[in-house]
Amino acid sequence: MTFDSTVLILVTVIGAATPLLFAALGELVVERSGVLNLGIEGMMLVGAVTAFAVTVATASAALGILAAAIAGALMALAFGVLTLSLTANQVATGLALTIFGIGLSALVGSGFVGIPVERLPRLQIPGLSDLPVLGPLLFNHDALVYLSVLATVGVAWFLVRTRPGMILRAVGESDVSAHSIGYDVILVRYLAVLFGGVMAGLGGAFLSLSYTPMWAEEMTAGRGWIALALVVFSSWRPGRLFLGAYLFGGVTILQLYAQGSGGGFLGLPAQVLSMMPYLATIVVLAVIAGGPWKGRLDAPACLGKPFRPAT
Amino acid sequence: MRLHLSRRTFLAGTAAASSALALGRGVYAQEPLKVGFVYVGPIGDYGWTHGHELGRKAVVEHFGDKVATTYVENVAEGPDAERVIRQLASSGHGLVFTTSFGFMNPTVRVAKQFPQVKFEHATGYQTAPNLAVYNARFYEGRAVCGAIAGHMSQSGLCGYVASFPIPEVVMGINAFALAAQKVNPDFRVNVVWINSWYDPGKEGDAAKALIDQGADIISQHTDSPAPLQVAEQRGVHGFGQASDMAAYAPNAQLTAILDDWSEYYIQRVQAVLDDAWETHSIWYGLKEGMVKMAPYGDAVTDDARQAAEAVKEGIIAGTLHPFTGPIENQAGEVMIADGATATDDEMQKMDWWVEGVQA
Amino acid sequence: MSLRIEARPEIDRRLLYVTPLLAVALTVLAGFFIFLLMGYNPFAALYHFFVSPLTSLYGLSELAVKAAPLIMIGVGLAMGFRANVWNIGAEGQLTVGAIAGGGIALAFWGQEGAWILPLMCLAGILGGMAYAAIPAFLKTRLDVNEILTSLMLTYVATLLLSMLVYGPWRDPDGFGFPQSRLFTDSALLPVILEGTRLHLGAAVALFVAVAAWVVMTRTVIGFQIKVVGQAPAAAAYAGFHRKRVIWLCLLTSGGLAGLAGLFETAGPIGQLIPVLTPGYGFTAIIVAFLGRLHPLGIIASGILMALSYIGGENAQVEVGLPQAVTGVFQGLLLFFLLATDFLTKYRVRYVSTRREVAPA
Repeated sequence: MTFDSTVLILVTVIGAATPLLFAALGELVVERSGVLNLGIEGMMLVGAVTAFAVTVATASAALGILAAAIAGALMALAFGVLTLSLTANQVATGLALTIFGIGLSALVGSGFVGIPVERLPRLQIPGLSDLPVLGPLLFNHDALVYLSVLATVGVAWFLVRTRPGMILRAVGESDVSAHSIGYDVILVRYLAVLFGGVMAGLGGAFLSLSYTPMWAEEMTAGRGWIALALVVFSSWRPGRLFLGAYLFGGVTILQLYAQGSGGGFLGLPAQVLSMMPYLATIVVLAVIAGGPWKGRLDAPACLGKPFRPAT
Repeated sequence: MRLHLSRRTFLAGTAAASSALALGRGVYAQEPLKVGFVYVGPIGDYGWTHGHELGRKAVVEHFGDKVATTYVENVAEGPDAERVIRQLASSGHGLVFTTSFGFMNPTVRVAKQFPQVKFEHATGYQTAPNLAVYNARFYEGRAVCGAIAGHMSQSGLCGYVASFPIPEVVMGINAFALAAQKVNPDFRVNVVWINSWYDPGKEGDAAKALIDQGADIISQHTDSPAPLQVAEQRGVHGFGQASDMAAYAPNAQLTAILDDWSEYYIQRVQAVLDDAWETHSIWYGLKEGMVKMAPYGDAVTDDARQAAEAVKEGIIAGTLHPFTGPIENQAGEVMIADGATATDDEMQKMDWWVEGVQA
Repeated sequence: MSLRIEARPEIDRRLLYVTPLLAVALTVLAGFFIFLLMGYNPFAALYHFFVSPLTSLYGLSELAVKAAPLIMIGVGLAMGFRANVWNIGAEGQLTVGAIAGGGIALAFWGQEGAWILPLMCLAGILGGMAYAAIPAFLKTRLDVNEILTSLMLTYVATLLLSMLVYGPWRDPDGFGFPQSRLFTDSALLPVILEGTRLHLGAAVALFVAVAAWVVMTRTVIGFQIKVVGQAPAAAAYAGFHRKRVIWLCLLTSGGLAGLAGLFETAGPIGQLIPVLTPGYGFTAIIVAFLGRLHPLGIIASGILMALSYIGGENAQVEVGLPQAVTGVFQGLLLFFLLATDFLTKYRVRYVSTRREVAPA
């Protein structure tokens, strides 16, 4: 592997990590507020098809991205109504959302197959984009990639340094206490869930407008589930989430590179190489669990439990 | 919406025929023949299933209201397939096409129970008095592509995005490599297996990996346009698969291998209508028109074009066989003797690689 | 006047049985309008979706064939969910169970004997258990979240199956295609209804559901499972071993999933192929919830889910409905079921908001 190809590999890794990062960041906020939404895959697909359809119809990728965010939010709203207002079981509702989203996106998308779109333009930053190594690596991406990085920073800052963020965390750790202080637990959770929907929608939009600019049924290929894993893997911290998304994206890409260059890694069959990202996640989890971080890995205490205000 | 409306028109006209008693014993003058299609993927995959769907539409157009077609998409291979095929057989369909290898055992089982219904299974190897097998010689198309690649590649390295190491894929890669090596004896092919027929994200990533490592020609045995899209973005060239993907890669696509099932499907439906259907196991290629090549892209040089045409004409005329000996595998053993050509059997069991292929 | 939502003092039992019917009715209504909007004959579409699979003996048998694995896996998962043990990896466990049992079938391929099939079933159970033991170990020893580990392992299991079926277990006479040999008669599940595909596995699934009901309602361990889930502090106080319950739940659900995987392989499929089920391990999670985590309820919800799959296929064949509508329909059915569930726990009342005038 030459130095140049290393840079190229890293650029590809950035692309692979971005949809995971969007979806996982959204879910992180949702789970910090105490809600578990397993419907990420469905929301991402609806976001992907909406972004694509609107872009084709209006020839504006910006409108497409906006529409995807709204579509994701609407799906999340359905989830919110069922789980927050009607106190339905969150696991079942999330799974239902995934099934619904897969079907709905396939239905809507059937008219858009075989239509190509322009890939999202790469933003050129004067001066920075021409730097020798850092230029192509860091400063030659499209708007959504930069947005994902900004979102990571934004979420981290929001959670730790703002009052609303603190309220959100409190709601996730102890909803009854938060309610007794006077915070509207249900409203906070609604907002968190909607944010999760917007982010999932953006992740889907990245897939259909930038990563592989086309519409294909079930094109998320399980990324929603990986995002769920990443949230737990990151122990609900945005910084670690960023690393996790890139680690996961990296391992997935690397196994393809290993195949393409050396006929396999140590002669292992392709399937074993494909297993690597998943095994890596489990190993890292087990290692962290036994180590000095033990005790700081706790999930938000109210995760998954419905809140029933006593009226 | 046009699609299901026209089907509704036919179904409205055949309401009487759809009673469970109609087992297709014979075709009466008025009753349209019901033809069923079982698809493994979505008709919108722009690849394998899309090709069969085009064939079905050709049947509809050709026969008008003498025929009523039904299709079921996204049928998982396994127990679900058997139920769907049986559903078609028991609801009055006289001819059923099952379009994926994994439908073989279910089709065989249902065919036994419905001897009056005719079945056609794609890419399989089991026949019965009422079950025929059909397949296409895609490797011929690969040879044409290989000839072009040999002329046009500067790095002498092709990146091949492949699905699974089954004989159909293996013979395609070998045929491609051999044809390219006739032009450039040092031509190499690097293969990345993505363990799926259709996963645009992974296909694109695999293409990026291959291009990053020096390939300037991309070929694929997977179904989405993603590898070609990547080729277009990176300024290299490639070949489309199962459909003409020029819309996705106007500069990159040199040509594409097209699956054209229309003529075959029309032939077989006509045979049933004429009560002349017989089982067979056919493998058609460029000569019979089941495999076609898309128009050459603008980037194709004159030399490459000539070479490609020569290969195509040779195959059609029968004077050129993509697997003409002597051919050795990577251990140096002679797999095809000097002067001999590979038999159909040898090709369908191919599990070895030629020199220059890294898989 | 305003609406007020009040918790019912106890769950209204009548509504418990009425709400599923209400949800189905709402789904049918929604479906009616969707089909109408899309240009299909709504009556025909609804008939083929919900009724046609029930109109013939063959249809009913197919319903049972499809529902059996869902019920068996769902029952196992429900036990775990009651104890707050979230086994999301049933798909992987059923794959490993199928590999283990299928391996036995291939090892003794061509031989005859009444002992082969029971051995395969045992292997299937043990295989599923062994695979579920991994998340169980990681959770009890290292406190690693079982949702994550079991989910990741499903991908690993699928790749393992693919490796075997493309490699050492590939049928040598199969033209290189990824499939194992077809199992010989001694290794196939017997069909219990002539002319259909209804196999022994369906009867076993029913038996398992009833057995689980007995365990959960009438045994001490069943009680322990429920308490550990609902009131972990009380459970610890009472001396119920949380870790033992976790192991028990994961091993049971893993074993049942493994057995279900073996039944699918030795039953309708008859060989090992790269993809054994269209996601039964995940669908079973929904079946478990729809059945309100109650084994008898799971029998009903398993049949309902199976009906929606088969009805969707029938509707494609008879009416030309696109396959995607099945997913939309299932999602709607689930949404309505979950929504109407609300009515069993809460009631909505009008309340007067006129304030009392304070005495002067």
